[in-house]
Amino acid sequence: MATLDTAPRPQAPAAHPAPARSRRRRRGRTQGLIGWAFLAPFAVVFLVFLVAPLLYAFYLSLFSKGLATGERFAGLDNYTRAFTDPAFLNGVWFVVRFSLVVIPVQILVALAAALVLDSVTSRFARFSRLMIFVPYAIPAVIGAVIWGFLYSPNFGPLEQLFGDGAPFLLSPDNLFYGFTNVVTWQWAGYYMIIIYAALQGIDPAVYEAARIDGAGSWQIATRIKIPMISSALILILVFSLIGTLQFFTEPQVLTPISNGAISTDITPNVYAFNLAFRFAQFNYASAISFALGFVVFIGVYVFLFLTRKRGGFLK
Amino acid sequence: MKNRLLTAVIGAGTVMASLAACGGGDGGGGDAASADAGNCSVPITKTEAPVVSVWAWYPNMKTVVENFNESHDDVQVCWTNAGQGADQYARFQTAVSAGTGAPDVVMLETDMVPVFSLQEALVDLTGYGASEVEGNFGAGAWEDVSSGDAVYGIPIDGGPMAMMYRTDVFEQYGITPPTTWDEYRAAGEALKAAGGPLMGDFPANVPAPTVALMQQNGAEPWVYDSADPTQLEIDLNSPESKEVLDYWAGLVRDGLVGTQDQFTTDYIAGAIRGDYATYISAAWAPGYLTGAGAGEGEDAGNWAVAPLPQWDPANPVSVNWGGSVLAVTSQAPEPELAAQVAMELYADDASLTDGWTSQTIFPLNQSVLSSQEFIDNESEFFSGQTANKDVYIPAAEAYEGSTYSPFGTTFYAQFTEEIAAINAGEKTGSEALDDLQAEMEEYATQQGFTLN
Repeated sequence: MATLDTAPRPQAPAAHPAPARSRRRRRGRTQGLIGWAFLAPFAVVFLVFLVAPLLYAFYLSLFSKGLATGERFAGLDNYTRAFTDPAFLNGVWFVVRFSLVVIPVQILVALAAALVLDSVTSRFARFSRLMIFVPYAIPAVIGAVIWGFLYSPNFGPLEQLFGDGAPFLLSPDNLFYGFTNVVTWQWAGYYMIIIYAALQGIDPAVYEAARIDGAGSWQIATRIKIPMISSALILILVFSLIGTLQFFTEPQVLTPISNGAISTDITPNVYAFNLAFRFAQFNYASAISFALGFVVFIGVYVFLFLTRKRGGFLK
Repeated sequence: MKNRLLTAVIGAGTVMASLAACGGGDGGGGDAASADAGNCSVPITKTEAPVVSVWAWYPNMKTVVENFNESHDDVQVCWTNAGQGADQYARFQTAVSAGTGAPDVVMLETDMVPVFSLQEALVDLTGYGASEVEGNFGAGAWEDVSSGDAVYGIPIDGGPMAMMYRTDVFEQYGITPPTTWDEYRAAGEALKAAGGPLMGDFPANVPAPTVALMQQNGAEPWVYDSADPTQLEIDLNSPESKEVLDYWAGLVRDGLVGTQDQFTTDYIAGAIRGDYATYISAAWAPGYLTGAGAGEGEDAGNWAVAPLPQWDPANPVSVNWGGSVLAVTSQAPEPELAAQVAMELYADDASLTDGWTSQTIFPLNQSVLSSQEFIDNESEFFSGQTANKDVYIPAAEAYEGSTYSPFGTTFYAQFTEEIAAINAGEKTGSEALDDLQAEMEEYATQQGFTLN
């Protein structure tokens, strides 16, 4: 320890014309190191639990393993198979159709609720806001189980309303509407909160000015509020697009009570799960997952491209 | 701030501990050193003995393992309940694919044995003394766990099929238990005409009993020998199978049977309420229904059991649904020790008796099947009927065994879709089987099988 004290201090004297800069640079480097140190825990988790599994899954997807044959390198065969596999394509088609219905419904419900709650300021509004948000706080699995009971032809309210002729919302014909209802119930409250927060951010002076100009509540809502929160709307559109294309929990939970109407390949995510953990096809399941990721990426990219003027939040 | 830091540290510690726990499972717990006694559901008393890890889900497994550990000084069992049926298979499948993490001994339903033996996940027990216990079981039970000369599991319980029925419904509408499928249909028509409940149920979610009913009519959907694992014969759309499926499709079309998924709250509620006059099921079904709350309160005294209706009463055929075996996994470091556990774990009289008296299982061990106590047992659920003697024992003894699909999970999933299509009125039984045949042939070829 003593040597440290007696040792000459390195480069303390200003031998060079730009000592301040070099000191600043050194300080900058130290700060950089500290920054990295703070970042390290996240970086480790990110690499170990996200990047590494992704790379491994991609590696898996390049091989193929039949039950009666050994493992072999297959290159992109699994991907060609995926994009010609009717089970996968039907699943993609299902979630695309589903998105076209569910997303507008969800957003309309959320937008209407947010606009109403934004104009009403009473204790009741605060209570309603909480109540609309509550479904999101319920885990999706439990929500699906509850809906399973509500849809039940033996216990459900539909049976009590309509008697024996009650529609079974999980039958092959009604499945689409059954899912639409569950998903809207689950997510509309969450989107409502996002829209509501955006509405709260608007300066009330704008409304005042509009009122002076003679605008009514409806005009304020459609001509001022909605355009001013358009970037929040784009944000939730992207959220719901990604969420719907990856539709998984509800079909998975409701399958056992659907009398066979929900198949193992109803959505690409459910298909990938079943391929891997039930049918022992991990390689093909990895390929399906990446193919789905590709579809989602294309979908979101196209969407953002079409709405590029509004989608400022991603730039 | 301090508290939050502490929480974070504890949280991280928990994550690390659970990761370490996962790592600890890698050895399969075969040798005494690697098996952590703290992870066993029943404490191991004789810590110096080697330990074999077991996955099993029977409700009375605790008693069984306690009995085993108590009576064995040479080996101890570390038992884990890794989930019932599909949950456990998903876990086991993952361990098999990963090549690590499987237990030494695993409980499997009989029809899942070829699925895992094909992936070389199970050990052939012929080299480990399986022939010594062969005599404890009936020929059909042994055939179920064998493939060619190889034996992949030790039977525990079986599911000889029979027809459970509601005595209250039968009495009210003046119906006697049908002995043939023609009479079964006639009874259904009589019930419908009189405004009575459904005759039975044709569920999509459990195709296994439907396969059994096809076999009852002489169908042999899968021909397969593990000695030559890439050769396979698929015959799902034989005339015998088509007759059976068209028959059930007709019952569904005419509204004589329901299409409700089984093992669901809705089905149980309907069964207890008397919505179905019969339940075509196996010997374990009374125990299952009792556990689900049937046969109690207002439902008490409503149930009885009769032999399964036949196609040809002159040549009755017995079939099986369900039942389980204990198999040794190829990840077991000491297969000999594991095989010993598989053969002795559910074989002592105390465990077997506990199994059948609590109505959990229908044992296949001859020591029980031939015991007077078992034969003369008056079932409480069937209001004192000697169901074992009258129905289940003859069915179990007449059962000749079957060959199950080597990719049962995929097959059942596909069959579920076909039955759902029948129930939705989109296909006839024959059409569904033709489609199923084509799909299974395509799948088998894709998986590298040679079709004969």
